Amino acid sequence: MKHTFKLATAMFAVAGALSAMAAPAAAAEDQFIPLLAYRTGSFAPLGIPWADGKMDYLKLVNARDGGVNGVKLSYEECETGYATDKGVECYERLKAKNGGASGFDPQSTGITFAITDKAILDKVSVETVGYGLSQSANGAVFQWNFPLLGTYWTAADTMIQDIAKKVGGVDKLKGKKIALVFHDSPFGKEPIPLLEARAKADGFELQLYPVTAPGVQQKSTWLQIRQKRPDYVLLWSAGIMTPTAIREAQAIGYPRDKMYAIWWAGSENDVQDLGDVAKGYNAVTIQNSAEQGKVHQDIKKYLYDKGQGTDTDGKYFGTISYTRGLMISMLQVEAIRAAQEKYGKGKHMTPEQVRWGFEHLDLTQDRLNQLGFGEIMRPVKTSCEDHMGTDWARIIQWDGKKFKVVSDWYQSDKKFVNPLVKELAAKYAKEKNITPRTCKD
Amino acid sequence: MFYRENGQFKSSYRADQQIFPIRQDRIFIAGLLVLAFVLVPLLASSYFLQAVLTPFLILSLAAIGLNILVGYCGQISMGSGAFMAVGAYAAWNFGVRTPALPLIVQILLGGVFATLVGVVFGIPSLRIRGLYLAVTTLAAQFFADWAFLRIPYLTNYSSSGNVSVPALSAFGIPIQTPVQKYLFVLIFAVVFALLAKNLVRGAIGRQWMAIRDMDVAASVIGIRPVYAKLTAFAVSSFIIGVSGALWAYIHLGSWEPLAFDLNRSFQLLFMVIIGGLGSILGSFFGAAFIVLVPIALTNVPGWFDLPLAIDTAAHIEHMVFGALIVFFLIAEPHGLARLWSIGKEKLRIWPFPH
Repeated sequence: MKHTFKLATAMFAVAGALSAMAAPAAAAEDQFIPLLAYRTGSFAPLGIPWADGKMDYLKLVNARDGGVNGVKLSYEECETGYATDKGVECYERLKAKNGGASGFDPQSTGITFAITDKAILDKVSVETVGYGLSQSANGAVFQWNFPLLGTYWTAADTMIQDIAKKVGGVDKLKGKKIALVFHDSPFGKEPIPLLEARAKADGFELQLYPVTAPGVQQKSTWLQIRQKRPDYVLLWSAGIMTPTAIREAQAIGYPRDKMYAIWWAGSENDVQDLGDVAKGYNAVTIQNSAEQGKVHQDIKKYLYDKGQGTDTDGKYFGTISYTRGLMISMLQVEAIRAAQEKYGKGKHMTPEQVRWGFEHLDLTQDRLNQLGFGEIMRPVKTSCEDHMGTDWARIIQWDGKKFKVVSDWYQSDKKFVNPLVKELAAKYAKEKNITPRTCKD
Repeated sequence: MFYRENGQFKSSYRADQQIFPIRQDRIFIAGLLVLAFVLVPLLASSYFLQAVLTPFLILSLAAIGLNILVGYCGQISMGSGAFMAVGAYAAWNFGVRTPALPLIVQILLGGVFATLVGVVFGIPSLRIRGLYLAVTTLAAQFFADWAFLRIPYLTNYSSSGNVSVPALSAFGIPIQTPVQKYLFVLIFAVVFALLAKNLVRGAIGRQWMAIRDMDVAASVIGIRPVYAKLTAFAVSSFIIGVSGALWAYIHLGSWEPLAFDLNRSFQLLFMVIIGGLGSILGSFFGAAFIVLVPIALTNVPGWFDLPLAIDTAAHIEHMVFGALIVFFLIAEPHGLARLWSIGKEKLRIWPFPH
């Protein structure tokens, strides 16, 4: 009896709390930026520094500049745990907060897919720096998606180019065997169409090795690799799958310097516990997130010296994923700034105006130097047709203690990437009944 | 006092066999339906509709499906995520290959395919029982994960293995806004809950329960275990398949096999156990507990402006949620539905308990 009443009160409390949640948040003059993150779950080692970086840059803009032309930035984190349904819940919760979200960086391919359709209706931008739907580089079809600075296709192309350089030219790729070890999910499968196109054109043999999520069981995969002896292994992994793959490679004696990892598998936390085991391990990096720039000094000065940094343990500050978080937030802030140039400085921008800003980013080398990103990345310019902006990438290599930049800048070969963008964007437009924009204005 | 049935006489079999023989129950349910169909769409925010109520209703439907199998027929299944996936992908394939097919037909065909797969994976139940069966139904889960990742035909040769639905409409009415989506799902939930309730009251439901309680005795009195078990698998996977199609179409819009992984199966099983085995109402309670409590918990720091890091909040959420499950099952091993009926009995004799 007593139990029943206690339970009943508890249930009423929950019900009351849920209805309180329905009250809409008051519109504010702050510019609101939702921060989806995964600080728990199997991808947490990647998610934590990334989220720290994203938040620190917003804090820096508020502390150093007083916001964007005087408009303070407000933000709220939401934990997705890399689960799509949780991400959708976060998206619904934050999309209309404080006068509308300035853009979502979902940090996950699955969540990107799910919210891409919703964003069109809600008129909110989806910013996916270096991941997401590769074909969404086509801004005429994907009005609200911004896969800035590169996609999995440009990354795969960069890897092949670097391999070609190592073997002495693209023509020498003929007859070589290149394996793709990938996380068996849309994230891992994204590069396959491009690699197939290149395999056909360049005459190398592509071997595909899917690894079931989360990627801790790879024994059989690497035994197959020992048997088939590919010349190079491309690794499309994230989180726990990466160190596992490197250990398995060591176990079968596969040379780590013949391995190329995607950027999400190429940060310090993936390899530092392995130390010398991972020596020689290569990763492609968007822009040059292996470097540090003036922005790091600013963050140290304005935030960490005052005890206001997000990374309270001091473990991740300045790591590659952290810097990538900074870049993501910087692009978000610059989109707001670009929008203010057109719609009124010092005003609160609506999500649609921020979208315009994303589409008219023009970060020259001078501007990047001013922002403190001069060393970290190269100029970006987006347009209505091109929502990716640019796709410079480099190869970094782990020397046992830290990552070193070992290659020049690469840009993907448009001969392979553009037809795919065109074809798959057209397929998407047909499936969704989207009439592509003409991109005249 | 409020819940007394004095003076409510039944003078026909029809009246005696109603789903809700007590007038107060009928009034309550009518009120609930008015609330759900009229007041909620008018009053609730789009977040509440889209991120809270819609997933709650869809998973309630799935829980009803699983409850028929586990709660009424006693066949433990851990493959419900797979049946949801089959429903979702089958519906989507019909949609892609024959776009002229009406949306509701697509969703129901998804259910039909889930039925076929469900019956196939139900065949082992004729020989094995209990935990052994639970383990064999896991095969369904692994098979579905494998099939939807590896057979490109099933995802219409999508390059990444991810599929998404076009703009939806039924009977010429678009299903785009949160209210439309909510109502669409609500209609499914109500209709299927009624159907399920009637099935379990009828002859077939009694056969299922007889099998559950003791299959040897049931077969001695003339119930064919093959028929009873396989129909339970069929009905259960049909409902789960429909809910899978709804989950994919209405809630996610775009999905990958990960949306229907083993965790989903466990989630559904917990819903059924916490809500109450062998109770349609309990399926709703269970879904409410599993879906709503974590969402409420994640929102708690925000309401009180607690400066809590989201990872800490997520861990606390898991701990509180786990503790609540343990507490509920100790307090009432028969689930929330049993609590509900205890409450009703108490009200009946109130204010003179004996």
